[in-house]
Amino acid sequence: MTDLLEPRAIGRDLVRRDGVAKVRGTATYAYETPVDRPAYAFPVQATVARGRVTAMDTTAAEALDGVLVVLTPFTAERLASTEDREYAVLQSDEVAFRGQLVGVVVAETSELARQAADSVVVTYDERPHDTELSVDRDDLYRPDALGDGAESDTSEGDVAAAMAAAEVTLEHTYSTAMYHNNPLEPHATTALWDGGQLVLWDSTQGVHPDRAAVCEVFGLAEDQVRVVCPYVGGGFGAKGEPHANVMLATMAARAVPGRPVKLALTRQQMFTLAGYRTPTIQQVQLAADHRGRLQAIAIDVVEQTSRVKEFAEQTGVPTRMMYASPNRRTTHRLAALDVPVNSWMRAPGECPGMFGPEVALDELAETLGIDPIQLRIRNEPEVDPETGKPWSSRHLVECLREGAQRFGWADRPPPRHRDGDWLVGTGVASSVYPTQRMAQSTAIVRYEDGRYVAEIGAADLGTGTWTTLPQIAADALGVPVEDVEVRIGDTRYPIASVAGGSSGMNTWGSAVVEAARTFREKFGRDPADGDEAENSVDQAAQDEDHAPYAFGAQFAEVRVHADTGELRVPRLLGVFAAGRIINPRTARSQFVGGMTMGLSMALHENSVWDDRIGQVANHDLAEYHITVNADVGDVQAHWLDEHDPYVNAMGTKGIGEIGIVGTAAAVVNAVHRATGVRVRHLPVTLDKLLADLP
Amino acid sequence: MKPFAYARPGSVAEAVRDVTAEPNAVFLAGGTNLVDHLKLGVARPELVVDVRTLTSREVSDLPDGGIRVGASVTNSELAADRRVRERYPVLAQALLSGATGQLRNVATTGGNPLQRTRCVYFQDVTTACNKREPGSGCSAVGGYTRYHAVLGVPAALPDATAPETCTATHPSDMAVALAALDAQVQVLGPAGARTVPFVDLHRLPGDDPSRDTVLEHGELITAIDLPPLPAGVRSAYRKVRDRASYAFALVSVAAVVAVEDGQVADVRIALGGVAHKPWRATRAEQALSGRPATVDSYRAAVAAELAGAQPQPGIDGGNGFKIPLLTRALVATLRDLTPEA
Amino acid sequence: MSNSSTSGVGSVGAQPVPARPSTMDAEISLRVDGEVRRLTVDTRTTLLDLLRERLGNTSPKKGCDHGQCGACTVLLDGERALTCLALAVAYDGAEITTADGLAPEGELHPVQQAFLDRDAFQCGYCTPGQICSAVGVLDEVGRGWPSHVTEDLTADVSVDTALTHDEVAERMSGNLCRCAAYVNIVPAVQQAGGVQA
Repeated sequence: MTDLLEPRAIGRDLVRRDGVAKVRGTATYAYETPVDRPAYAFPVQATVARGRVTAMDTTAAEALDGVLVVLTPFTAERLASTEDREYAVLQSDEVAFRGQLVGVVVAETSELARQAADSVVVTYDERPHDTELSVDRDDLYRPDALGDGAESDTSEGDVAAAMAAAEVTLEHTYSTAMYHNNPLEPHATTALWDGGQLVLWDSTQGVHPDRAAVCEVFGLAEDQVRVVCPYVGGGFGAKGEPHANVMLATMAARAVPGRPVKLALTRQQMFTLAGYRTPTIQQVQLAADHRGRLQAIAIDVVEQTSRVKEFAEQTGVPTRMMYASPNRRTTHRLAALDVPVNSWMRAPGECPGMFGPEVALDELAETLGIDPIQLRIRNEPEVDPETGKPWSSRHLVECLREGAQRFGWADRPPPRHRDGDWLVGTGVASSVYPTQRMAQSTAIVRYEDGRYVAEIGAADLGTGTWTTLPQIAADALGVPVEDVEVRIGDTRYPIASVAGGSSGMNTWGSAVVEAARTFREKFGRDPADGDEAENSVDQAAQDEDHAPYAFGAQFAEVRVHADTGELRVPRLLGVFAAGRIINPRTARSQFVGGMTMGLSMALHENSVWDDRIGQVANHDLAEYHITVNADVGDVQAHWLDEHDPYVNAMGTKGIGEIGIVGTAAAVVNAVHRATGVRVRHLPVTLDKLLADLP
Repeated sequence: MKPFAYARPGSVAEAVRDVTAEPNAVFLAGGTNLVDHLKLGVARPELVVDVRTLTSREVSDLPDGGIRVGASVTNSELAADRRVRERYPVLAQALLSGATGQLRNVATTGGNPLQRTRCVYFQDVTTACNKREPGSGCSAVGGYTRYHAVLGVPAALPDATAPETCTATHPSDMAVALAALDAQVQVLGPAGARTVPFVDLHRLPGDDPSRDTVLEHGELITAIDLPPLPAGVRSAYRKVRDRASYAFALVSVAAVVAVEDGQVADVRIALGGVAHKPWRATRAEQALSGRPATVDSYRAAVAAELAGAQPQPGIDGGNGFKIPLLTRALVATLRDLTPEA
Repeated sequence: MSNSSTSGVGSVGAQPVPARPSTMDAEISLRVDGEVRRLTVDTRTTLLDLLRERLGNTSPKKGCDHGQCGACTVLLDGERALTCLALAVAYDGAEITTADGLAPEGELHPVQQAFLDRDAFQCGYCTPGQICSAVGVLDEVGRGWPSHVTEDLTADVSVDTALTHDEVAERMSGNLCRCAAYVNIVPAVQQAGGVQA
């Protein structure tokens, strides 16, 4: 049990502190850092999916006036560590995927750098590539651990026996597409190597993890490297770990000491170098009695990883804890392919993993003639099915009920309801995301010029940290929020964990609270100027006796044009039980943003893999569709006033990911209600509905 | 991007002369497609000749009751023009369904029809493409064909390695409306001025997919004329796309129809997103002419037009869906235009 | 009638540039956020790169560099336009207003204030482009321009008819927001347009 902070500043609707700079455009992102005499870098990428670079002719590039340096696998410095093969840029002639970095040009202008990079002639010994994910492959393997560290497979009871004996069973394959995070700010770095010191102004979700990775790869001491990132133009997981571009920018800077080097990936390059979410194939089995009580639930996941670096998305994980069932199985099998490195994307695991099962439940509800909300309520587990621990708090049922009331679920139109030219349907799905706190983060609190300053190397990706961390610090110190300044986004401030896994506020806030308490213990209520205290997340005090999760329910209204199958989603409504909300204004934006990204996943997003050439065919924002303003109708996010005493001193559960979890299932379920078509493979596009339109 | 010289001559005639004199010269108008292609390496000119401020930016009335649209009139201006909104709604709707406000403010009347295909392989210089690099083959065969042609392509599955293979579509919405309106293109070239019927401006790939239009090197569109429409004619543009806005057409329909005494008295139909050029549906027009204005007639007409349609297999199921989609979109468009039917 | 070279161009004025001698550099003059800037540019340089890399004005953002996201939107001779698809050399004499130039320092333009009030952004990267686009939208509505979702193209377009949710959403669809602040952007534009959302 934790004594929750008494909320005074917490819970207040405060305007973003970085708002003025952002609406004027004066907030500086990584590439924009004003520096003297910048040089510009542009990468050279492999145009084969597998093979060896046999030669690189850089003559034409080097002959251009204004080109400073051209680096290739044959000329680049040798890195201190090549253990992480994603980061081992220009260390070998091997090509492991199309688009891999094989060179870089640094020049006086960005136009010249790109021209020079284009003029580099690369010769390959091309080998046949293998890039096609399928459940039929004979080389699928079980990973040692999933991306979140969990075990690959779990089994309880006997699913097969339950499937054979149950009154009702369901068995279907569902799939989610390959998705690219596509933050609007491309991955970008300004790097300066000068006098044995490296400064990186890098677009990252964590300056400290970023620095640690660069130090490891280049064999530098931490005091040789400073990473600065006050603003991030979106990350969604793609900037959670550095990608190869950061190492390339660093290498380029080290080749031209004293010159700051700017390197921003193009949008097209982000489809090979900035991570993505693996496509997933989910074989789901459900067994139930006639009242809808689950007798078995199973998910067998097949997904991909690059051969260069394993990443096993934990897609099956939510099935381990979401609903009660005596028999349960979850498995993950990977295909290691000649493909770019996949990585985190908003709600890794839960986002794709709550698609198949939540659609399957809707199918089961239809088969049984039970309302899909009732079906979920009937399978509410008393304790966490995976660990047997009690929940720290679980209010899924309340979310479903409140959402149903707010959405008008009871008055939902009948199946295949027609309103003029449009077929109308509504759907529901559950959301979940684990409440996580990282083990390490430290904050300093100082009294300075009559104000309190908290420093921590945290990040604000648009999540609101600049605004919400002061709210926590203010309550921890017992002062008005206006008297608190928070400084983040720089390794000059104490170590902070990555902004990922919805853990940022839980972790950094905990560190700030500890530092504030220490400050008050040392200096009381009347500190002197310059008084300063430091403290860290108290990992020893972390509750281990409860299962901490945030829950939610999402509702969608879908309209399908009876002539053309065009899809519109005029309403999305979510109700979340996600602990205490620090700032309702920024929180609402995060929930709504997640739900809208879920809508985007449902209707649009699809990195079309072209196995013949081994790359995403639609690798730009004209062809890889994300929602535009006109796709989005009324999106509402509500939350329950939840007080969870087990998670942390703020009572927060994290809200960055849960909004995207379940949305696509709710949309697909609504499409079925509107049209009678059950789309099990995302995205839901009009061509999948045409045959069944009136 | 490779370096290039830039010129902004003092007159249209000089611009034509400058481009004609340099085999690897191009005209620049709004630049929304050319600059895109310069960056991608799809366009690699030696000389860029800027005509944006040279050709006319006026919409004027013609003696026959039609209008003349200067080549530098922007898509925004044209869509907002009262004459277009009242007399040629199909054109206003097509323009407004294309791209975005920012792009329409810059894209021009002369430039829009000359934009090139958005085929993902055409735009990626690391892949084979007969349109971009003649003779290199066609990566779209068996590839990502969602936005590719079903009309004007060979009956048999195209040969990816053949130099004539190209299943790309023309992406312009405006051009589909202009094809249905029987617009006339005013062209100035090294040999003087000529008029090209809009329906003849764009070509099918034939044996040279690298050529999108019949314009010769140095020929510049100076204006587009819209003939007057007979009284009683109604027109509309229906675009079907994957996003609600800011997306190219999967299929689109431009229809101009007049009904007298329950019979189709005048009909002109053009289709977008389905062929290498804005596709004038002459078979459907013939099938409809003088027929009862009924949904059954419309279905029969669409069937006649699409009898030769050829779905392209490919990733994610290919583009066979375009045939039922086009059928539905065209029937619905005609139906909605003729409420008396 | 031909359009003269000064039409739609700011006060600085642009002169014909001869085709010969062929040069890869050009001298141009622009008025950026009220200040006249003269400089020599590579003919390849876009307005976006000129603003960001030569003039240090990073208010317009590079999101895609190909006219597919809207982050680089500015007001170009008064109209919203994408700077990534504009060659700087072709806009000699133009007047450019970025989000940073919409209001004097220490003040905010009503659209900027509305974006703040409505929390119409998160990461902030698309925001300056959204704001310039919104200023352009309000101007276009004032000029009576219709949109794709305008029901009756022959009717007059006014603030009352053209600032509904669907109208604003369509008109703002040229600006992608990956954080998906769309549901706040629409009321922000309505607020700035004087319509109570």
